[in-house]
Amino acid sequence: MWRYIAQRVLVSIPVIIMVGIITFTLVYIGPGDPAAIIAGDEATPEILERIRHDLGFDRPFPVQMGEWFLNLLRGDLGTSYFSGREITELITPRLQPTLSLGFQVVVLSTIIGISAGMLAAWKAGTRLDKNLMIFAVLGFATPGFWLAFLTIWVFAVNLGWFPVIGYKPLSAGLIPHLHSMFLPVMVNSILASAFISRITRSAMLEVLREDYIRTARAKGASEFSVFLRHAFRPSAIPVATVIGASIAGLATGFVLTETIFAIPGLGRMLVDAIVRRDYPIIQALLMVVATVLIGVNLIVDILYAYIDPRIRY
Amino acid sequence: MAEVLLKVKNLSTLFRTEGGVVKAVDNISFEVRAGETFALVGESGCGKSVTALSIMRLIPTPPGEITSGTVEFDGIDLLKLRNREMRAIRGSKIGMIFQEPMSSLNPVLTIQSQLAEPLKIHMKLSSGAANDRAEELVNMVGIPDARARLQQYPHELSGGQRQRIMIAMAMSCAPRLLIADEATTALDVTIQAQILDLMQDVTEQSGTSLLIITHNLGIVARYADRVAVMYAGKLREVSDASDMYAEPQHPYTVGLLRSVPRLDSDKGAPLTPIAGEIPDLTDLPDGCAFNPRCPWAVERCFTDDPELEEISTGKQVACFEHASVALHD
Amino acid sequence: MAAITDPATEWELAPPMSARLRGSLGATYRAARRDKVLAASITVLLIGLFLAFFAPTLARTDYERTDPVNRLLGPSTDHWFGTDNWGRDVFDRTIVGTRLSFLVGVSVTVVSTVIGVSVALVISYFRLLDSIIMRVVDGFLAFPTILLALALISLIGPSVGNIIIALSVTATAGKIRLVRGAVLSLRESTYVEAARAVGVPVPRILMLHVLPNIVSIIIVQATFTLAGAILAEASLSFLGAGVPEYVPSWGNIIATGQGYMQVGFHISFFPGLFLTITVLAVVLIGDSIRDHLDPKLRGRLKTTAHS
Repeated sequence: MWRYIAQRVLVSIPVIIMVGIITFTLVYIGPGDPAAIIAGDEATPEILERIRHDLGFDRPFPVQMGEWFLNLLRGDLGTSYFSGREITELITPRLQPTLSLGFQVVVLSTIIGISAGMLAAWKAGTRLDKNLMIFAVLGFATPGFWLAFLTIWVFAVNLGWFPVIGYKPLSAGLIPHLHSMFLPVMVNSILASAFISRITRSAMLEVLREDYIRTARAKGASEFSVFLRHAFRPSAIPVATVIGASIAGLATGFVLTETIFAIPGLGRMLVDAIVRRDYPIIQALLMVVATVLIGVNLIVDILYAYIDPRIRY
Repeated sequence: MAEVLLKVKNLSTLFRTEGGVVKAVDNISFEVRAGETFALVGESGCGKSVTALSIMRLIPTPPGEITSGTVEFDGIDLLKLRNREMRAIRGSKIGMIFQEPMSSLNPVLTIQSQLAEPLKIHMKLSSGAANDRAEELVNMVGIPDARARLQQYPHELSGGQRQRIMIAMAMSCAPRLLIADEATTALDVTIQAQILDLMQDVTEQSGTSLLIITHNLGIVARYADRVAVMYAGKLREVSDASDMYAEPQHPYTVGLLRSVPRLDSDKGAPLTPIAGEIPDLTDLPDGCAFNPRCPWAVERCFTDDPELEEISTGKQVACFEHASVALHD
Repeated sequence: MAAITDPATEWELAPPMSARLRGSLGATYRAARRDKVLAASITVLLIGLFLAFFAPTLARTDYERTDPVNRLLGPSTDHWFGTDNWGRDVFDRTIVGTRLSFLVGVSVTVVSTVIGVSVALVISYFRLLDSIIMRVVDGFLAFPTILLALALISLIGPSVGNIIIALSVTATAGKIRLVRGAVLSLRESTYVEAARAVGVPVPRILMLHVLPNIVSIIIVQATFTLAGAILAEASLSFLGAGVPEYVPSWGNIIATGQGYMQVGFHISFFPGLFLTITVLAVVLIGDSIRDHLDPKLRGRLKTTAHS
C-alpha cells in the first residue's frame, strides 16, 4: 500500500513541473509587456527599460523560469503588478470563502449524487429511475451561471429568503455564513450531483450483472445486503473518478459562482486579475489550482487502492 | 430406494429477448434422491444452467421468467415461497457453485468475510464464531495455511483454490443439496479431478445430494449415479449413469457418446461428431427438436414431439424410435 | 489468450466499419423515428444551425444599435423576448447569438478532433515522442478548461478566433489522451497483432485496422466536446472574456441581464433557455449515438453514463 502511494506521488511530480512550465511559458511568450502595465500609459522608454531591468525581465528565459520555480519552492508566489503586494499575502484572505464553498459542495454533491444514483439503480427501469435520470441529464446540460441567475431571481429577488449578494465570513457566525452561502452551494451541488448520480447508477447496474452478485444471492444474502455490501464498493471506482473530475469542474464553477454571488474568493480574484492583466496573480492562481487538482487526483488514486485490493499490488 | 429430495415437475423457464421468446427450459421433470449424485448433461445453451438457476430462483427477471411447474424440495414447492423464505433456503439448505471461479467471488471482500457471510445469515453465528468456523471450512477443503488465507482477497488465490473456497462456502451451512453448475469447466484437467473428488468427499460425508451440471461425459461416468440428458430445453433421456453408457436409447445420447473418446472402446474407433448444429432456440424445428441431426428420424419425428416416457425401471427416453436406437450396435 | 491458428479468422474479428457507417443517414432517420427524444434533439440542432446561418437576415431590428427610448421593455408582440438595457431586441440578439455558439462549438470540435486524433495515432507508435507529448498533455489537463482559456484570452486578447484557440487547447489534450488510450488497447488486440504478424505496414494498420475501430469513441466524444465548447464559450462571454459587448452572444446577453434582475428577468432568461436546450440536445444525441454505435461503450467514457 505504501509503495503504491509513494509511486503515485512520484508520478505526480513531473505533472506539477509540466504545469509550472506551461504556466510560466504562457505568460512569458504572451504579447503583454509587464513593464508597460506596471508603469502605466505615460512611461518613457527609459523608465520601461529600468523597470524591466529591476524586475529581471531582461534576463534569459531559462534563468527567469528557474528563479520562478525556486521561489515557488520557497512558497513565494510572486508580487502583484497592480498592488505591488506579495501574492501569498493577497491569496490568504481569499482562501476561506473558496474552501468553505468547495467543502460544502463536495460533501453535499457526493451525498446527493451517490444516494440518487443508488436509488435509481435500485429502482432501475421504474418511473422514479427515469425521473431521476431526466433530472441528471438536465443538470448535466444546464449552465451553472444561468441556474445561479434563476435561483437568485426566485429565492433572493422574489421570495427574499436569501440575500442577493452579501457574503458573510465564518467569523460572522456559522449560521449567517451558511445562510449567505446557501444559494451558491446549492447551485454547484445540484450540477455536480447530476454528474455523480449518472455514473453511480450505471456503475451499480454494471456491477449488479457480475457473477459474484449471483454468488451473494445464492448464499441467501438479502437484496439490501447484495446492494450495499456486495455491489457498492466494486462500483465505487468510477464514482471516485467522477467525484475527482467534478472537483476540477468546481474550479471552473467557482470562477462563475463567485462572480455572480460576489463571494470574495479565489475565483473572483482570478477574474479581477484577468481584467487588470495582473499576470503574476494569474500565473500564481493557475499554479495553485492545478496543484490542488493534482493533489485531488492523487487522493482519488489512493482511494482506488482502498476500494479495490487488486490495485494495491 | 432413498427418499426423493428434489422433485422438479413440468418446469418451464423462458427468456424474452429481442430475437423472440426463448424456451430455455421446456416442461422438464426429474428427481434427485437423498444422497445421490445426479448429473444433468448437454451442450452449452441447452438449458441446463437455466434449470439450476430456476431451482434456486436466481433467474434474472426480466428477461427471464419461470412460467410453470413445481420445484419440490424436501416436500416444499420452492416456486411458491416468498422471497424471504426462499433466501432462507439459498445457501443453507441448497448450496450452489458456479462455473467461473475467477469472477464468482467478490474482488473487494476478504475470503473470511465472504465465507463467514452465510454462517451469519443462516446460523446466526457471531462474527467470532463465524470466523472460527470459516477457518475449519478452509481446512476441510484442503487449503493449507487457512488463517492467513482468510485475510486474503480472491485475486491472491489460484483458480482451483477459489473453487475450493466456493465449495467451502456452499457447504458451510451443511446443505441437503449441492448444485455444481459447470464448476470445473474453467479449470485445468488435473485440478478438475481434485475439485470433483473434493465435492464427492464432502457431500458423501454429510449425506448431501449433488446435482452436477456439465457437458463433460467423463465427469458423468466417474461421479454420477444417475444422469439426465438435455437437448434444446428438454430432457431426452434419464437413466442410471452406467445404463446410459452401456445402452444409450436416445439418438442424441448416442451422438454424444460417439463424439468423445472412450477407453473401453475398440482402439482406433473413429470419433464422430454429431452432424449439424445446435438449433436456434427462438426458431426450433417442428416435431422433435433433434430431427435435423438425427440419423434415425422418421416421418413422425418431423410433426410430433415425443414425450419422456418410462421404458424400463429408472429409464426414461423421449424418442419414438428408441427401440431401434438401442439396437444400433 | 489462444494462439492464432488461422490468420484469416482473426482478421474477420475486426468489425467492418464500412458496414457500420454505410447508410448512417438512413440509420439515423430510422433511429429517430423510433426514439422521440433523439428526433426532438436533432430538430433542435437543425433549427440552431438554420439560425446560425440566417438569423442576421431574419432579425427585424438592428440588434447592435442602442435605442434608449425602448430600454428594458418586457416581452410583447413587438419584442417577443423584450428589450435590454440599451433598448436592443433580446429575441433578435438571442437568435443571432446562435451563430457565435455554433461557430465556436463546431470549430473547437473539429480542430480538437482532427489534431487530437492525428497526434494520438502518430505518437502511439513512437515511444519517445509519446512520453514527451503525454507529459505535456497531462500538464494541460491539470488545468480546469475555463481557467486556462481565461488566462490564454487575457494574454492573446478577446476575439472569436482566440476563443476558439483557447478552448481547443484543452479539448485537444483531452482528445489525445482518450484516443491514445483506445489505440494502445487496440494494438494489443488479436487482429492488429495478426496484421502485424503478416507484415502490414504501420500506417496501413493505423488507417485500416485501428482508426475504423475507434471511430465510435471519437464520434461520441466529439458530441461532448461540442456541448462543452458551447457552454465554455457562453461562460467566457458571461465573464466578459469573449466577444465585445455589442456583438450578441448568449453568454454576454445573460451577463447584461444579471444587472437588471428586478426589471429585466427576460433578458437573461431566454438566451439561457436557448443555451440549455442546445446543450441538452447535443448531449442527448451523444448518448443516443453511443447506444446505437456500440452498446459496449456504455458507461465507459468518463463524462457519460447510460441513461
